[in-house]
Amino acid sequence: MTLADVALKQPMTVVAVGGERGLRRRLMELGLVPGTTVTVERVAPLGDPLELRARGCTLSIRSSDARAIAVAPC
Amino acid sequence: MTDSTPHEDAIVERPLVALVGNPNTGKTTLFNRLTGARARVGNYPGVTVERRIGTLTFEDARFSQADVLDLPGTYSLTARSKEEQIAIESVLGTSSPPPALAVLVVDAGQLVRNLYLGLQLIELEVPLVVALNMMDEVTTPPDAEGLARLFGVPFVPIVARRGDGMEALTKTIAAALAAPPVGKVRPPYPQALLAEVEQLAQHSGVLALLGERHSPARAPIDALDLASPAGVDSDEATASARVAPCARVSAARLRALALWALGSIDEDDELTGIEPSLRRACLELRAASDRDVDAEIIGARYRFLDEHVAPLAATPATSDAVVEISESRRLTERVDRVALHPVWGFALFALLMLAVFQALFSWADPAITLIESLFGWLGASARATLPAGILTDLLVDGVLGGAGNVVVFLPQILLLFLALGLLEDSGYMARAAYLMDRIMKALGLHGRAFVPLLSGCACAIPAIMATRTMERERDRLLTMLVVPLMTCSARLPIYTLIIAALFPATQLFGFVPVQGLVMVGMYLLSMLFTLAAAGVLGRTVVRGRRMPLVLELPPYRLPTLRSLLRQMLGRAGLFLKEAGTVILACTIVLWALLSFPRLESARMTQDVASVAASSVAIANVAASPPNELASVPAIATATAALPASPICGTLQSALDEDARNGERARRLEHSYGGRLGKFIEPAIAPLGFDWKIGIGLLGAFAAREVFVSTMGLVYGIGDGADEESLPLRAKLKLEKRADGEPVYTPLTGLSLMLFFMLACQCMSTLAVVKRETRSWRWPAFLFAYMTALAYLTSLLVYQGGRLLGFA
Repeated sequence: MTLADVALKQPMTVVAVGGERGLRRRLMELGLVPGTTVTVERVAPLGDPLELRARGCTLSIRSSDARAIAVAPC
Repeated sequence: MTDSTPHEDAIVERPLVALVGNPNTGKTTLFNRLTGARARVGNYPGVTVERRIGTLTFEDARFSQADVLDLPGTYSLTARSKEEQIAIESVLGTSSPPPALAVLVVDAGQLVRNLYLGLQLIELEVPLVVALNMMDEVTTPPDAEGLARLFGVPFVPIVARRGDGMEALTKTIAAALAAPPVGKVRPPYPQALLAEVEQLAQHSGVLALLGERHSPARAPIDALDLASPAGVDSDEATASARVAPCARVSAARLRALALWALGSIDEDDELTGIEPSLRRACLELRAASDRDVDAEIIGARYRFLDEHVAPLAATPATSDAVVEISESRRLTERVDRVALHPVWGFALFALLMLAVFQALFSWADPAITLIESLFGWLGASARATLPAGILTDLLVDGVLGGAGNVVVFLPQILLLFLALGLLEDSGYMARAAYLMDRIMKALGLHGRAFVPLLSGCACAIPAIMATRTMERERDRLLTMLVVPLMTCSARLPIYTLIIAALFPATQLFGFVPVQGLVMVGMYLLSMLFTLAAAGVLGRTVVRGRRMPLVLELPPYRLPTLRSLLRQMLGRAGLFLKEAGTVILACTIVLWALLSFPRLESARMTQDVASVAASSVAIANVAASPPNELASVPAIATATAALPASPICGTLQSALDEDARNGERARRLEHSYGGRLGKFIEPAIAPLGFDWKIGIGLLGAFAAREVFVSTMGLVYGIGDGADEESLPLRAKLKLEKRADGEPVYTPLTGLSLMLFFMLACQCMSTLAVVKRETRSWRWPAFLFAYMTALAYLTSLLVYQGGRLLGFA
C-alpha cells in the first residue's frame, strides 16, 4: 500500500521510501523517513497534489511522488 | 574581499551574515526588516539565482554594520543541482567570503522539519543564531530556552511580519559576531557509518570543499576563521589556527563535510568543483556498502529531532493526537473550505485571475496613454525650441523615444507586482498552485507559472519579471521562454490593421463575422503554440531533473503595505536600471539604422521640411479641423487635377504634407534600415513579404506596434498612422508586386500575422530576459527559436496556401 491510495485523515506509518535516489532522498529529508506517522489531510480538487501532515508539519506532494512511499496502518 | 585584502580591520568592521531557512518561513520578510531600505541585487555565479545583500546596522556593538546575505529557501544543504549547491557553498564560503554567522529562520509551527537544516549547519560548525519566526501563529510557543540549551546556540522568538523581537535578534546577532556560537549536538549515526565517514574525511577533496582558502598552496591568515569554532571537538586544531598561517579545520567539521559529500555526490549530479577522486571515493564507498547510507544519515537526524526537539515544540510529535490550532490556522481552515472547493475554488481562482488580467489590460491603460502623450509632448516641445537637425532628431526620436519605450512599461509592472504581492503575501498563490498543479503539470509547467502566462496576454515584460515567484531555476526559465508566445497587447494593432485591410467584413453562415473569427483564431493558436513550446522545451532544452513538487499551504495572512510597496518599487527600479538601459540603447541604434545615411540632398530635404513645417503651422490656423490625414490623398488628387485654380492655404499645406511624407518615405528607403530591408527581401520573399514589410519588421523591434507606424512611413502616409488609419489600409490593398499581383492578399496577411505571433519582435522582451537570467545566452536562444519557429510557420502557410491555389 502506498501513500497515494490511503483514505483521508487515516494515520499511517511509513514503511519504506522508494524511487530514484534524488526523489527518495528529498522525500526523506522532508521528514518522510521509515517509522514516521503520516496522514493525508486533503486532496486537491483535480486529484493532485495531496496535502500531508507529519510531525506537526504540513506539506503537499504529488500523488506520483506519494506512490514511492510504502505505508501501513499504525 | 576577505583574504588578500591589506586592511584586515576593514574586514572585521563588516562581517557577513547569511540568512538561511526553509521556503515559506518569512526569511525575506526578516531580511527586509533587518536591512531596511535597500538591497544590492546580484547573481550567484553560473546560475540564474538572484543574490541579495543588505546592510544591518548595530547600535553600540563591536561591529557597527554587517552585510546580510539572503540565501534561496532550502529544506536541506544536501545538493544535487548547481542551484542547490548555492546554499552549501554560501554557508561554507567556498567561492565567496565565508559568512561570520548564519541566521536560521524557522517557522515556530513547523519546528522539527525546519530544524533539520539547523542540524546540518551545526554539524558543519557554522556559527548559528536561530530566529523562531511566526510566534504569533502558535498557541503554545516552543520552549526557546530549552532549544537553546539543547543545540548550544541562541534561539530568538520573533514575528518578522510585525517587527516583534527585532531588537533582541539584532542584539543577539551582534553578540554572536563577537563570540560565534557553535552548536555541539550530533545525531546518533550508526557506528559502522561513522567508521566509513571517518575514512572518507581524510580525503583531500573533502577539505577542498571549503574552497581555496584552505588549500595548502594558498594560506593567508583568515580573519573569519580566527573567529570561528572554538572549543568544539578539537580545541587543539582551532587553537593552532590562531598561530599557524594555514587555517585549520576541526576533525568534526571534516566528518560533516564527508557526510555531505556522501549524501550529495551521485553518478549524475550537477555539482561543480568536486575533486574527481573524491567523487570516485564516494561512489565506491556507496557501492561497497550493503547498507542504505541515505536512510541512515537522514534517519539518524530525524531520530534526534523526534526525540529531543518534538517535546520542546509547540505541536505534538504525532498529529493523530488532538492538535491545538491557533486562531489564524482555524480561520485558514474555514477559508480553505471555499478556496480549495472543487467548484467555488475554481470560481474564485477564475475571478481573481480575471481581476489581474483586467488590471494589466485595462486599468493600466490610462497611465500608459498619459505617459505616451507626455513623451509626445516633450518631443514636440523639444522640436519646437531646438533648431531642426540631426542632434534634435537624435534627442527626440532616439533618446526621448527610448526613454518613453522604457517608462511606458512601468504601469503594468507596478500593477502586476501589486497583484503578485497581494496573492503571494496573503497565502493565496500557494493555493492557486495547489489547484492548478494537475493541469500545469500536464504541460510540464509549475503551478505558479499560471500568473506569468496570463500576464503574458497583456505584456511579456511584467510577465517575465513575474517568474520570480517560482523557486526552481528550471521552472522560471521554461516559463520565461514560452511567455513571449502569448498574444500580448502590442500584437493587436498589427492584427487589427491586417484583418481590417485584407479580410472581408462579411459573415460566415450569415452570423459569424469573418474578421472576428480570424482574431479569435490568432488568440487560440498562440495559446496552442505556447503550450506546445512548453511541452517541447521542457523535455529538451530545459529538461532539468525530476524533483518532487513540494508545496506548503501557509495560513492566510494580511499583506502589509510596507512589503507590497517594497516589492513594487524594488522591481520597477531594477527594471529601469537594468532592462531600461538596454531598451534605451536599442531604441537609439534602431533610430540610427532608420535615419542614416541621410539623403544626399540633405539641405534640400531640410528646406522642404522647414517649408512644410511652416505651412503646416499656417494650415493649422487656417483649417478648422486639424489636418485630417484621411483626406490627404483625395485633396492631393483634386489639386493635381486643377493646376490653374487658385490654391487656398489648406490645399497648399496638404500638398506640402504629401510631399513631406513622400520625402520621408524616400529617406527611409535610403537608410541602412531600408537597405537592410531590401537586403533581406530574398529571405522573406518565400513568406510573401516584400522589402517594405522587411523595413516594417526591423522597425517593429522597438515594439511590435511600431510596425504599423513604420508601414505608414514606408507608404508615405506620415508617421501618425495607426491601425485605424484608412489611407494605410487603402495603400496596402493597392500595393502591387513587379508582376502586377497585389502584395497583400489574405494569404500574405495570414503569413504576416503568424510571423508576428511567433517571432520575438521585441527588444524589451530580450532585455528583460537578459536582466532576469543575467546572461545573453538565454535571450539569444529565445530570439533564435522564436524567429525560426515564426519563419518556418509562415513559410509553410504561405507556400502551402499557394500550392492549394490561394492567391
